[in-house]
Amino acid sequence: MKSKALRSFLIWLLAMLAGAAIVAQTRFSADMSFFLPSHPTAEQQVLVEQIKDGAVSRLLMLGIEGGNASQRAQVSRELRGRLAAMPEFVAVQNGESGSLDADRDLLLAHRYLLSPAVNPERFTVDGLHRAFSDSIDLLTSPAGMLFKPFLTRDPTGELPALLVTLSGGNQPASRSGVWASRDGERAMLLAQTKAQGADTDGQERALTLIRSEFEAIRASTGRSDIRLLLSGPGHFAVKARATIKEEVFRLTVISSLAIIAVLFFVYRSLRLMTLGLLPVVSGMLAGVVAVSLAYGTVFGITVGFGAALIGEAVDYSTYYFVQSGRLGLAAWRERFWPTIRLGVATSVFGFGALLFSGFPGLAQLGLYSLAGVLTAALVTGYILPDLAGPLVHSAAPTRPWPGIAKVLAALQSLRWPTLGLALLALIYIGAVRDDLWHPNLSALSTASEADSAVDGALRADLGAPDSRYLVVVTGTDREAALAAAERAGKALDGLVAQGVIAGYDNPARFLPSHAAQAARRAALPDADTLRTRTAEALADLPLNANKLDTFIADVVAARDAPDITRADLNGSNLALAVDSLMLQRINGWSVLLPLHPAMGSGELQIPANDIRAALAGSDALFIDMKAEFDALYASYLGEAITLSLAGVLAIVVLLAFNLRSARRLGAVMLPLALAVIFVVAGLHLAGQRLHLLHLIGLLLIVAVGSNYALFFDRAAGQGELDPETLTSMGVANLTTAIGFGTLALSSVPVLNAIGTSVGPGAILALLLGAMFVPRGTAK
Amino acid sequence: MIKRLMLSLCLACAALPAFATFDITQLMSDLARHKGGKARFVETRYLAVLDKPLISSGEMTYVAPDRLEKQTLKPKVESMVLDKDQLTLARDKQTFSINLASQPEALAFVDSIRGTLSGNRAALEKNYALHLSGASDKWVLTLLPRDEKIANFVQRIVVNGNRGQMRQIEYLQADGDRTVLSIEPINP
Repeated sequence: MKSKALRSFLIWLLAMLAGAAIVAQTRFSADMSFFLPSHPTAEQQVLVEQIKDGAVSRLLMLGIEGGNASQRAQVSRELRGRLAAMPEFVAVQNGESGSLDADRDLLLAHRYLLSPAVNPERFTVDGLHRAFSDSIDLLTSPAGMLFKPFLTRDPTGELPALLVTLSGGNQPASRSGVWASRDGERAMLLAQTKAQGADTDGQERALTLIRSEFEAIRASTGRSDIRLLLSGPGHFAVKARATIKEEVFRLTVISSLAIIAVLFFVYRSLRLMTLGLLPVVSGMLAGVVAVSLAYGTVFGITVGFGAALIGEAVDYSTYYFVQSGRLGLAAWRERFWPTIRLGVATSVFGFGALLFSGFPGLAQLGLYSLAGVLTAALVTGYILPDLAGPLVHSAAPTRPWPGIAKVLAALQSLRWPTLGLALLALIYIGAVRDDLWHPNLSALSTASEADSAVDGALRADLGAPDSRYLVVVTGTDREAALAAAERAGKALDGLVAQGVIAGYDNPARFLPSHAAQAARRAALPDADTLRTRTAEALADLPLNANKLDTFIADVVAARDAPDITRADLNGSNLALAVDSLMLQRINGWSVLLPLHPAMGSGELQIPANDIRAALAGSDALFIDMKAEFDALYASYLGEAITLSLAGVLAIVVLLAFNLRSARRLGAVMLPLALAVIFVVAGLHLAGQRLHLLHLIGLLLIVAVGSNYALFFDRAAGQGELDPETLTSMGVANLTTAIGFGTLALSSVPVLNAIGTSVGPGAILALLLGAMFVPRGTAK
Repeated sequence: MIKRLMLSLCLACAALPAFATFDITQLMSDLARHKGGKARFVETRYLAVLDKPLISSGEMTYVAPDRLEKQTLKPKVESMVLDKDQLTLARDKQTFSINLASQPEALAFVDSIRGTLSGNRAALEKNYALHLSGASDKWVLTLLPRDEKIANFVQRIVVNGNRGQMRQIEYLQADGDRTVLSIEPINP
């Protein structure tokens, strides 16, 4: 016996050490990929890329409040100066004057290769005449004052044509020479990090730098009334990770301490309590190992779910210690183990259903729990008895509470009122079914309302692109992708002309494909031809040809100029614009063309069908990010419904197969169904709108609650509900409720939903199971 | 001799307020009484780079105190709306909108028209030194920028008018180019 115990212990220890070694190698993450589809469609792929490494995901918005406008501007300039010099930031903008002059000079220098207006027709006598006339007309406009200095150099007006395309009219407001909020009370900056959006560590470093530099400036200027506001995807990611980290630790500690206290109260033995936790620790470790091996990365939320697993996994050892005390190991194995095994199987079926989810977070929770529960049960059934040895018999408490029969009788007298109440709850659910569910993915976001409000305010002040509407084109290389972007641009130009959209951004404007540049270069005439045509075109215009020597020289130079490359744009805002809209992927490049909704339509909506029609025949993809998010959530929800039903069905089939009696099956399922009904109605009454994790919680009520129902069923079959069984069920139920209930304290919606549904659900399942156990069973 | 001259000068000074009823304060209150209206304009630009002046024309509407619409009909249709600090320019189906608070020089320039139209002396004196000549029914107000930055934009602004009505504005730019805007009120 002793050597057997030693062997068991060694096997267990070896497995634990192997597991610990794997966990030590595991990468833990708390980023958005928890929510991102594992098998994305082409549209969802764009969504995933945008969130993980899109330029928008690398933008941080900064607001400076307090003091007066010139003090804020001073801090803004100083902050920009410091941050822009750091390698952690690709660009930091605050609207300081001068930064746009560099862009203008760049456009001017390369105008003949960049301007979409350059084509052979433009350099005929007629084309030149038209272009010259337009440029002269432009001088009568207030805007003409800006272009007057360039008239003799650029008489065809390529610069105005290019500047029009630079996202016109969307500049933030400005005070004391730097960007400001619309009310002028905040100075605004925009920083693009070098770290990608998915690189939470990099984002955290960037945020820390911003804060410390701001503090340094504040200290040196002595302006303690100036405050910094920060927002952006990186900020949310870092905050979410901190929240999850902190909560996982806190929840695990709370749940562990509470459960340890319960066990100690029940066993009054340190040794038994420690042994009781053995399956739990094993299960939690096995869960992390399984997820790590299957997915490579373990989400923080998955680990947080461990708090619930503690409560569930500890049940098996509780059953063993409490129930085997009087009977001894052999009798316990024969009488109780099959019931526990069936309970484990129903739990496994419930969690297992989640494995098929395309929502990676859900699949991980499923695998984690499944491996954890299975391991805990196996350790309880096969290792724990050897380790605990004969001590159990002497130490196990058999002090059942005498009042328990009275409680049972009282519960059973409430059968009809309970059924009536369930009917009312069902009617209530039916009445509110339309607003029972939260309609979108934001239900699962960890961002607090205050943070979201700051984000919305800063975004509106900066006119920052929320990039809701995108056209995406792809190519095997950069050149092909840019050429595709130019083709899509032509289709979109038509929509701009019709007023369907106000405009769009296109990196090919500043970095045209080599083919487009070659075509423009070929359109430029030689010096003599151009001189002759210019003279002819100017015949009836008030501009004298002999003033246009720089024009002729510039055109001739452009004929021999090398193509513009990405490197030519270095250091300008144009480089930022190009980089933020181009994305290198494993098998090529993709280019994003954000669309600007037409103004004045009230709702800034874009008619998706018109865009799709205009792009028909090309491989350009139109994406409405919000619609994609909504669709993604709807698909998760739909899938979760299917999986939950499949899980419940599997459990029913399993029970039917084992119980082989419709009446017994009904008796087991009735309390579970009632518990689910009460929980749904209760959550809605408490003001919660259900989301898909609540749904998963309902599945878990069935999976976990069936354990109690099965014990009642076994007891009914054997005609007695002995005090040991009742006590063990009470303790097991308490620990389960503590484990899941702890999650209700979480501010992470995924965990909170599971906690608020399974915590009360487990208790209800036990009470209702007791209520509907056949009369006279208890003795 | 000098003493007598000084004395008569002092006497003249003392007597001045009694008959010089027209000053900037008076002009400003005349202008402020003018609550707006519609006018035809002809704008002539004399640019060194061009052989001939450029002429454009159209209609403008002023609604006191801070809305100004300028609808150019020739040579090309264009509309400019200034509403508070928001300048919106529409041309060739393109619309540009800019908040002038972000462009101090442009704001100073716009304030020269707006300040004159609304008779807002404080706004005008913020950026310009004012010189008034003429009489109430034919006055000439000259605005000289105080700030060098604004002077790079516009060297001098000369406004002519009679009573509360502005009739002509001339802008002299730093490079010597000149714009003359003539205004002919349309009586409703």
